Amino acid sequence: MLTDLLHIEHLKTAFKTDGGEVVSVDDVGFRLKTGETIGIVGESGCGKSVTSLSVMRLLGKSGYVKEGEIWFNGQDLTKFTEDEYRRIRGNEISMIFQEPMTSLNPVFTIGYQMQEGITLHLGLKGKKARDYAVEMLKKVGIPRAESIMNEYPHALSGGMRQRVMIAMALSCKPKLLIADEPTTALDVTIQAQILELMKSLRDESGTAIMLITHDLGVIAEMADKVIVMYAGQVVEEADVFTLFDNPRHPYTQGLMKSIPHVDSDPDERLTSIQGTVPSLLAMPKGCRFNNRCQYAEERCRQEQPLLVTVGEGHSVRCWLAE
Amino acid sequence: MFVYIVRRILISIPVLLGITIVNFLIINMAPGSPVDMMVDPNISAEQLELRKEQLGLNDPLWMQYLTWMGNLLQGNLGYSLSSFEPVSTLIGERIGPTVALMGASIVVGVLIAVPFGIISATRQYSKWDYLMTTGSFLGISIPNFFLGLGLIYIFALKNPWLPSGGMTTLGTEGGIVDTLYHMVLPVFVLAIGIAGKKIRYVRASMLEILGQDYLRTARAKGLREFVVTNRHALRNALIPIITVVGMEIPLLLGGAVITEQIFQWPGIGQLTMQSIMSRDYPTMMALNLLAAVMVLFSNLVMDILYSVADPRIKYN
Repeated sequence: MLTDLLHIEHLKTAFKTDGGEVVSVDDVGFRLKTGETIGIVGESGCGKSVTSLSVMRLLGKSGYVKEGEIWFNGQDLTKFTEDEYRRIRGNEISMIFQEPMTSLNPVFTIGYQMQEGITLHLGLKGKKARDYAVEMLKKVGIPRAESIMNEYPHALSGGMRQRVMIAMALSCKPKLLIADEPTTALDVTIQAQILELMKSLRDESGTAIMLITHDLGVIAEMADKVIVMYAGQVVEEADVFTLFDNPRHPYTQGLMKSIPHVDSDPDERLTSIQGTVPSLLAMPKGCRFNNRCQYAEERCRQEQPLLVTVGEGHSVRCWLAE
Repeated sequence: MFVYIVRRILISIPVLLGITIVNFLIINMAPGSPVDMMVDPNISAEQLELRKEQLGLNDPLWMQYLTWMGNLLQGNLGYSLSSFEPVSTLIGERIGPTVALMGASIVVGVLIAVPFGIISATRQYSKWDYLMTTGSFLGISIPNFFLGLGLIYIFALKNPWLPSGGMTTLGTEGGIVDTLYHMVLPVFVLAIGIAGKKIRYVRASMLEILGQDYLRTARAKGLREFVVTNRHALRNALIPIITVVGMEIPLLLGGAVITEQIFQWPGIGQLTMQSIMSRDYPTMMALNLLAAVMVLFSNLVMDILYSVADPRIKYN
């Protein structure tokens, strides 16, 4: 049996603001095995990105992990010092971001930016580092890899830059790759290519992937299991087939209904979930989804539901699911 | 790039021509004449008039200008109306001290401003930030003459640690060490002023960069915060910094009029002051021309440096 590569338990991440402390991720937990892909879905502002940045401890000056444990490869990362963390970042855990256009430093060549991490973590220098970087660029399907090394990011298209980001992220053979909306900013055809690339690299290297997206299509394509987040909490967790076949949480059901299907009637209106995610400063009492939920009852407005198991690897945070 | 530079130099010729015309008009429109400054009660009005005639000061302005320009094109800057030495000799004698003084001040000022500005930006709203911004505010606000006089009072008059002015100790041969010793106070005064202004710019331009996505990428690679700030961020913040540092380059030859006067520094600034006081038109014109050339030259240097600092900027 495979042991868990990443095991997050009761993660609570907060930010210091002028208006006091704001908890943006509350009691999030999941397990991820080597080679597995977990998808994290939800609307903007649900805490998906903050969860991933918590794992990387890249929350900026005001953010911090308040409670919970992040077990990675048998070690609790929340106990790590900054120095220890730096040895893991870009090495055992690496990350690619949503905005390929702004994620590369405009004043350094692709080669320089590639070699930086390679030199730092793999100890390769000079020509060896360069050759390795070229090899990585070729692996992610970049034509003219040799000459691209001397180019600056502005000379590359968005898709190419995201390939460079992926090459950079995978160059130290990470055990875990965190992809924060890796295809959101790209054209649809490029999206498909990038997803295809990530899949093949995953199958080749056995890297586990934490995939953050609001696109259920991407989830269906890539993920083994899914967690659905709403207002900083996990509201449903299931393997990908169960989730699509039998979504139990009204929010997940709402998300499913809001995407068009190939076989749906072209004249049919897509349903949308009314309202927006509540502000972190003004969370509703009871279930956090109650003000947008069409099934909400009195109990939902009073008591907060817990995440309960409803099936094999399937848990839901809803009073009605019981 | 070469074509670009040549083109820029060609464009600067009409600009310089315009500057000299405007300068010439303004200088000549000012009341008084060089001859008035030579006034000795024993000289009769006829003799003064004769002198004016000899110096060509009674010619129409356009003719005076063309004479001056004609001489300039032959490489002749004219003669000083107060010391009667060639203007080029006067400037030549003073350019060395000024370059030394201003060069040292700009370097010291920038060396203070860049690290302080970075500290201020990376620790925004901390007590370090407040310390730096307050210090920069003081540096900008205190006039050079006031700070200069204050320092002379403390370090030269009350405690005879440093010389109060000049470039060499009187009655000695001087030498590099002696000159450096004389430079301490004026360089300090000028550097404080320069650093005060630059800290603000460095801070502002670093703050703009510090929130960029690519710094998160750099951190995600596992780079040290020191490398992230001083390599990835600073390199991007350089463009505005180059601009404001470049604006100081004309001072390298133009000197600091007031500070040089206070410290009796035998530089261009002092010469400027003297030539104005004695209505020494040819010297004033030459100094103005020198300043104009330096401004245009430093603009060109800055534009070239931009393309070095930022690969997205290309000139054709």
